[in-house]
Amino acid sequence: MTRPRLATCSLTGCFGCHMSLLDIDERLLDLADLVELDRSPFDDKKRFDRPVDIGFIEGGCSNTHNVHVLRQFRTHCRTLVSVGACALYGGVPAMRNVVTLRACLEEAYQNGPTVTCGGHIPDDPELPLLLDRVYPAHDIVRIDHFLPGCPPSADAIWETLRALLTGQAPDLPYPLLKYE
Amino acid sequence: MPLGTLQFTIDGITVQTQEGQSLIAACDAAGLYIPRLCYHPDLRPAGNCRVCTCRIDGHQAAACVTPVRDGMVVENDTPQLNADRLALIEMMFVEGNHPCPYCVASGDCELQALGYRLGMTAPVYPFFWPRHEIDASHPDIFLDRERCIACSRCIEASRMPDGKSVFSYEGRGIAMHLHVDGWGGLGATQMAAIDKAAHVCPVACIVIRRDGYRIPNGQRRFDKTPIGTDIEARRKAPPS
Ligand code: SF4
Ligand code: SF4
Ligand code: SF4
Ligand code: FES
Repeated sequence: MTRPRLATCSLTGCFGCHMSLLDIDERLLDLADLVELDRSPFDDKKRFDRPVDIGFIEGGCSNTHNVHVLRQFRTHCRTLVSVGACALYGGVPAMRNVVTLRACLEEAYQNGPTVTCGGHIPDDPELPLLLDRVYPAHDIVRIDHFLPGCPPSADAIWETLRALLTGQAPDLPYPLLKYE
Repeated sequence: MPLGTLQFTIDGITVQTQEGQSLIAACDAAGLYIPRLCYHPDLRPAGNCRVCTCRIDGHQAAACVTPVRDGMVVENDTPQLNADRLALIEMMFVEGNHPCPYCVASGDCELQALGYRLGMTAPVYPFFWPRHEIDASHPDIFLDRERCIACSRCIEASRMPDGKSVFSYEGRGIAMHLHVDGWGGLGATQMAAIDKAAHVCPVACIVIRRDGYRIPNGQRRFDKTPIGTDIEARRKAPPS
C-alpha cells in the first residue's frame, strides 16, 4: 500500500515550526509509518517529481524565491496547510511591513546603530529580490487549512496531521488553538 | 410574577428579569453568554463593535444596547450569528497590527480570546499594516495604538468613573484613532495608573508598565478556559 506523501518547506521563517514538528517525539515513528516524506528540508529533497498529498508551509513570502517555492507547492500538493504565525501573517519578519522596504534596508545596512563603516545594501544578482512587504501564504496561493502558533505546539501539529491523514478537517480543541 | 418582572426566551431558554435591563446584562445574570467586545459591565454601553448582535424577534440588533421586552424571542448561539461575529473579529485583526506571539496581552486579551472561542485559525482578509505613533510619554502607562480596536471603553471610563476626559477619537471612518487630550501625550495628562480607564482596555493598547509579565504566558485568563466561561458558570451553579 502506498502511504500518503508529505512535503514541507520553510519560506521566510525561523525553522521553529519544523522544530516543533520534530518535537512530536516518539510519535515521529508513527508518522514515519503513516507518511512518506517527499520534498522537505528534512530529507533535503529539492524538487517535486510526483504528486504529494499534504504540503506543510512554514514562513511567509518576503522575496521572489519564496513565491516561486510556494507556487510549486500549490501545483504539486493536494492539500496545503499554512503553519505558524509567519505563514499566517508574516510573523516577526512582518515587523518591516510598517515601514518602506528602502527605509528598512537603509536602517539595516547603512544607518543602523550597529553599522560601523559605510555599509552597502546587498545587490548581488544571485539574491532573490525582496518584495515590498512580507505576505501571508494565502495572499499568494490558495491555502486549505491554517494552523496558528509561534510555533504551533507539537500536539497541535500532530493533531492536524492526524486529522488530515484520516480524511477529517482539522478542528483543534481549545487548549491547542493558540496564536502565540 | 412580581411587578416589573419580564420574561423572554433566548435560544429556547426562558429568562426572567427586571424591566430596564439590557439584553446582555439580563443574559449575563442568567448565566447565558452572548459574545461581546466593546461592552463592559461597569461602563455605559456604546454599541460600537456589533459582536453581540443577536436576532431579536426576527431582526438583528446589538444585545448591549437593546432593552429587554416582555415576550421577546432571541436567537444568540446560531451558526450564522457566530460566523458574522467571526468576520467582525477577523476584520479587527487585519485593521490593526496584532502580532500575538510577541504581544504583552497574549492570553489575557479579549480580542484574541474571542478568536479562540469562535474558532478563528487565521484572519484571511487583506492586512492593512497601519502605522500609528506609540505614546511612551507616561511613566506608568504605555499606549500602543496599533492594537486599538476603537471600543471606546477608555473614553467612557475616563469621562465617567474617572471624571478626567483624557481620551477621545480623532478623524473619521477608517482613519479614526484614539486621541489623547492635550499636546504633550499621555504623560502630560491627569491620567494615573489606578484610573479605571487604565484597566478596561480589552487589548494591549493601554498597558500598565512593569506589570506585563507578572503572570507568565500559559497561566493567563483565557489560556485554559474560553472567554465567557465565568458567565456560563453562573448558570451551572446550584440555586442557593
Ligand atoms: S511561526 Fe514562529 S516558530 Fe514558526 S517560523 Fe515563524 S517565528 Fe519561527
Ligand atoms: S492585543 Fe490581543 S489580539 Fe492584538 S496582538 Fe495582543 S494579544 Fe493578539
Ligand atoms: S485604547 Fe483600548 S479601551 Fe481605548 S478604545 Fe482602544 S481598544 Fe478600546
Ligand atoms: S458588545 Fe454590543 S456592540 Fe460591542
